[in-house]
Amino acid sequence: MSDTTLPLFEVFVRAKRGLSHVHVGSIHAPDATMAVRNARDLYTRRQEGVSIWVVAASDIVASSPDEKDSFFDPAGDKIYRHPTFYTVPEGLEYL
Amino acid sequence: MSETTTAIQAAYLLGLGDDALIYSHRLGSWLTWAPLLEEDMALANISLDLIGQARAIYTYVGANDGTGRSEDDIAYWRDEREFRNVHLVEQPRGDFGQEMARMLWFSAYQRELYAGLAGSGDAQVRAIAAKAVKEVRYHLDHASQWVVRLGDGTPESRDRMVAAFTWVAPYIAELFQDDAASVAAAEAGVGVLPSSLRAAAEATVAAVLAEATLEQPAVSRWHARGGRDGLHSEPMGYLIAEMQHLPRSHPGAAW
Repeated sequence: MSDTTLPLFEVFVRAKRGLSHVHVGSIHAPDATMAVRNARDLYTRRQEGVSIWVVAASDIVASSPDEKDSFFDPAGDKIYRHPTFYTVPEGLEYL
Repeated sequence: MSETTTAIQAAYLLGLGDDALIYSHRLGSWLTWAPLLEEDMALANISLDLIGQARAIYTYVGANDGTGRSEDDIAYWRDEREFRNVHLVEQPRGDFGQEMARMLWFSAYQRELYAGLAGSGDAQVRAIAAKAVKEVRYHLDHASQWVVRLGDGTPESRDRMVAAFTWVAPYIAELFQDDAASVAAAEAGVGVLPSSLRAAAEATVAAVLAEATLEQPAVSRWHARGGRDGLHSEPMGYLIAEMQHLPRSHPGAAW
């Protein structure tokens, strides 16, 4: 078995109720059911979470590093997209 | 147990603790040898759960049986004949299929055991069982997942699982054998009769075998016995020697 590469799964753990699942790493497993179990053993053995998601790494569609220029750089000089031009009334606690 | 402690009830509980400790030692020997890194972690986690169960039982027995022994005294300063574990758990590790077959049977047994002990008349035993039953449910699930995948997998994995269940078969009857200690503990309301756990555990294993498209192995002609009386198989002596070597060579050594 060790000379066969098992599929890779990305692991997301919710630390506690109310928080989002956060990517914590990846594991190998024969299938998704075992992936959840392997993730439980690897990533939540010190009470790090209350919920686990696994996603087959091959199912993730990601942006490409080659597209970095066209994807992200154009946003760099558009400071007007940040809501920094509004005056915040005094005494406003939550915004 | 405190007021009703009898040597025989302590012996019953020690048998349960010894099963957990000795199996945890065998599972520990998988570290760095499991077929996957992820499985190294899984087996080590399960091994640690079992050590935790043994520690809780040893601590309770040592504090209440009048000997004042610590958990370490009980684990490291008894000789082979004083260990009351079944033969199943002392067998050396075979291939991964054998380990999953052994784990399936042992955790199916332990789940019924701790479910029963959760109704014990002894508050401390109830507490230990309530914690352990959750752990054991996971062990059972882990073994079941692998047995289904390997049994209903490739021709090679299937052959190995068939061989694995044939290998483990002669060690099963001993798990459900009533002996003087378990009868006394059950009568006192502290323990449960091993024979009363058999039907449910067998049904659990049968369901997993069915899902794995495996048949029940033929009934073996011999059965392991004597573990609860301290009569062990040859591998036990080597296991004890290795497990106890450090504290006996360096008494009182601490981290």
